[in-house]
Parts: sequence; C-alpha cells; structure tokens
Amino acid sequence: MAIHEKTLIDPSRLISSDTLVVDGVDVSGHWNTMILPRTLKEYDDGFEAHIKEYAGAENVHRCWQCGSCTNSCTMYAQNTDFNPRYWIYLTRLGLKDEILKDKDIIWQCVSCNKCTNICPKDVRPEGVMKALAHWIEAEGFGEKSNSTIFDEEFARQCIARGRIEDSEVMTNFYKNTNQDIKEMALNGWLGIFVARMNKWNELRSGNVWKFITRTPIMHSLHMGYSMFFKPKTKSWGHTGEVLSQYVKEQKELAHG
Amino acid sequence: MAKVAYYPGCALEGSGGPYDRSTRALVKSLGMEMETVHDWNCCGAMEVKNIHPMLQTYMSARVMAIASEQMGYDTVMAPCNGCYHNLKKAEYELATSSESLDTLQGLAKKSEDPVYKGDVRTVHLLEWLMEDLGADGIKQKISKSLNGIKVANYYGCMYTRPRQIFPEKDQGPGSESSYKPHFMDDLLGAAGAINVDFPLKTACCGGAHTLSDADTSTQLVLNIIQAAEDAGAEVIATECPTCHSGLEMHQVRAETEFGIKTNVKILYFTQLLGLAMGLSARKLGVHENVSDSLDFLHAKGVV
Repeated sequence: MAIHEKTLIDPSRLISSDTLVVDGVDVSGHWNTMILPRTLKEYDDGFEAHIKEYAGAENVHRCWQCGSCTNSCTMYAQNTDFNPRYWIYLTRLGLKDEILKDKDIIWQCVSCNKCTNICPKDVRPEGVMKALAHWIEAEGFGEKSNSTIFDEEFARQCIARGRIEDSEVMTNFYKNTNQDIKEMALNGWLGIFVARMNKWNELRSGNVWKFITRTPIMHSLHMGYSMFFKPKTKSWGHTGEVLSQYVKEQKELAHG
Repeated sequence: MAKVAYYPGCALEGSGGPYDRSTRALVKSLGMEMETVHDWNCCGAMEVKNIHPMLQTYMSARVMAIASEQMGYDTVMAPCNGCYHNLKKAEYELATSSESLDTLQGLAKKSEDPVYKGDVRTVHLLEWLMEDLGADGIKQKISKSLNGIKVANYYGCMYTRPRQIFPEKDQGPGSESSYKPHFMDDLLGAAGAINVDFPLKTACCGGAHTLSDADTSTQLVLNIIQAAEDAGAEVIATECPTCHSGLEMHQVRAETEFGIKTNVKILYFTQLLGLAMGLSARKLGVHENVSDSLDFLHAKGVV
C-alpha cells in the first residue's frame, strides 16, 4: 500500500534537484520534488484489537479519518505534533514504532472532550488517547507520566475514604514526582499564591485594616483542619474494597 | 418550586469553599430549597475514570442512589462542573448499557450500598436557577444592580461536552446550548451586568493537568484571560471550582514564571448574583478568593 499519510514521510526521502531541465522546460527546485517510497514491515496485525482491551478505545475501529478530532483538539493548537487522528490511523494499521515516536506527548491530552463531542462516528478519541498512554506505560515503553501519578494518588484516597483532600493530593503528587514543594512554597509561585489568598501583601504594604477584613480566617482554618482530620464518607464501609477487587479482576481479564 | 438534593462534592468542601458558601447563601436568599446529600462520596472527578471507567460510574451513581433511594429526591443539583459532568455521564452510560447497569447494581449489592435504579436526574446549579426562576424571575428578585460590570462568562469543558451526555441541551428556545452556552449570561445580565462578547466560553483551562502539566495549563489559562481582557471584560465569572482555581492559580503562575501580568478579576457567578441580591461580600466569601476583587467592586458601587 502506498503512503498516503504526510506525517509518515521521512524528510530525508524528499528529494529535489536544484537545477533540472526536462525536454527544454526548467523544473528546478520544488518543481521536481519526488518522494522515495519506504516499505514498513514492522506492523502488528493484532494491535488494534490489543488497544481495544484498554478502557476508552472500544470504538477505535469506527474511525473514518475525517480529522475532526485533530481539528478541534486543544493540545494540537499548542503543539502540532499532537495529532489524535494520526495516532488513531497508526493504531488501526498496527504501526507501533511510529506511535512510540510520540510516546512522550500522548499523555498530555487534557480531556477537554472537544474530539469526542464532534466525532461523527462516536470513536471517542479522548478515550483512545488515554488507552494509548496506558499501553505505553503498561508495556514499559515509557515511564509513568505525571498525569498517571496524579490519577493514582487521587484514586487511592477515593478508594480509602470515599473522598479526597486537596492538600494531601497536592503534597503527595509533588512527593511522588520528586518535586520540591518546600522550594515552590518558599521561593516559587505556590508561596505567592498562598500569600495572595491570605492577603499578606496588604499587611506588607501597611494596610492593616484591609488585611484584617480580607484575610480568609475561616476558610484557612477549615482547610488546615482537613489536613489533620481527613474528610471521610462514613458509610463507605467496604465499598472501596469491593471496587478495587473489581478493578483488579477486570484488568486481569483484559491483559492477563 | 421543586426541592432538590444538593451535592457539593470534594472541591466545594476544600479549596472551592467560597463557591459552596455563596451557593448556599444565594439559594437561601432566593427562597429556593435544597438539602445536602447525606454522607456523599467523591464523584471520581477527572482522575478515577483513568484507573477504570466503572470506578467513576459507580461513585457517581452512588451519590444519585443516596439522593433517590435514601432521601426520596428525583433531582440532584451540583454546582461543580466536574461532579455535574460525571453524574450526567453515569446517567447516560447506565441508561444506554444494560450490561453496565447490571455490573453496577451487582457491585452495589455486594457493597451494601443503595442501589441506583435510574429514576433520578442531575442538573447544574445554572440549570436549576433557570428552570425554577429564569432570567425574569431573577430580575424581579434582585435588590441591587451589578451596575454594568463587564463580565466574560466562562463555562469550561465539562458543562457542555461531550454533548451526547446532555440530551436536554440544544432543544431550541429556552434550552441551554452546548455550542454557545448562555444560562450564566442570562442570569448575570438580568442582575445588571454587561456580558462582553467572549469567544472562549467553552475553551479548556487545562484543569485535568493543572499540576501535572502546569506550563500547558498556564498557557491555556492565559488564552482565556487575555481573550477576556481583549473583549473588554473586568471580571471573568466562573461556574466550576476547578476552572476557578485553575484561573486563579495560573494567573499567578503566568506572572511569576513568565512575567505576564493580567488584571481581570475572577469571581464565582454565585458571588456576583449574591451581591445583586444584596448579600454581603463577606457572606459570599469574596474575600476568600485569591483574586482580590474587593477594591474593584467598591469602586463599581456594588459592595
């Protein structure tokens, strides 16, 4: 099958001669550009079926490559290498090596659902992005992304208590990703954020009355209290256990 | 007026506290009635579905089951877009897949939780206000105009997308539009605000990766803030705690990490409507926002 997909063309295979005259017609430069074909032998016939075992990619076979997903994509507007339509194309052809060239950005999907909203074939591309990101991690092609580390900490608290607590999610996320929260609080944006929330800038500029009337005492106390006495769903009982058992069984069924 | 079950969710219990307080104060002042869902649990937010979709479906349906089976309500009201979105998604999933419904009910029996039967619907606070009062109803109740404050109404992603899970939207006059939502515009307009023509109403703030891909989020938030300022807005009105925190956090981050300073104020729409009802800024938690809008509101004669 000939290559139709622009993104699959290696730049080194685009050849053109600076000076060329054919039958007396000057076709120098771009006028004589040719693409040297390349044959991809490394494809995996079973790949589409394999990806469909990951949650979210169940409908990937429905894609007819209209490109509405990429066209509407929030991340594509940030970085044109972020191309859901292309990754769905590669998934269907089983060109794993080509997908892996983008393994460091696929996890960046922000789940804005513009693609799933507009897709005329109900492919649910947002789910396919998550499935591909999970496949990359599960097969060891890439390290756990920051996003996955965040998801795992969030879900851990949900399973354990039925609820999350903001500051615990944040501190554990930074700890698990080896980021220095102390540094961010002392010298970075986080410190300035907290200072502004508490209106310390008013105190510093000598507006004592403004500070007293605007600093959020109850809000800060409430959030501080939650750090020590974690919000909890009392009736959660063994719901968490039942749910984690179910997820474990489902993952074993899907991936062995 | 129908009484509803109020589902605040984790964000409103934590960093989104001002949204919870302003919602309660506003609803009370409008004479509407709601009761907090007993001992609710997290809806699963944006994270849990990535571990397994059924985990999120279960957690969301559990909230609806408490409201209907244990409290006898037919409507759950959520002011948080994340909660609203997830409950709607569970509603859609369980109505269209009998397999999912079987799995869910099996898990509920095993957990000895109330069992979801599909006889309860979820609405956003905006929808509840529009359904019960409408813009005209609000207009009759306000005691103080918002004095032409220029507002960019920001709805974010999860209030409208994907449209498949919101079958009641896009149903012609009177219904909400998934393409160009207007309920917040309608309410704030009725309260005396001027709604600017804001093209990024449903753009993404990067909330799902607000910490895990912070630079991307800062860029996405800057798009929204700068577009609002370019449209002449003095205030961005929010109706989601994740969007609200994201806008506040990355407005600071844009300044400290990238040297881009912006001035637009960020307020929950409930705070603005509450002010128009004559409630005090303090009661509405305006001082609890990171974005300090009090000097501006004083100057506008709204506080």
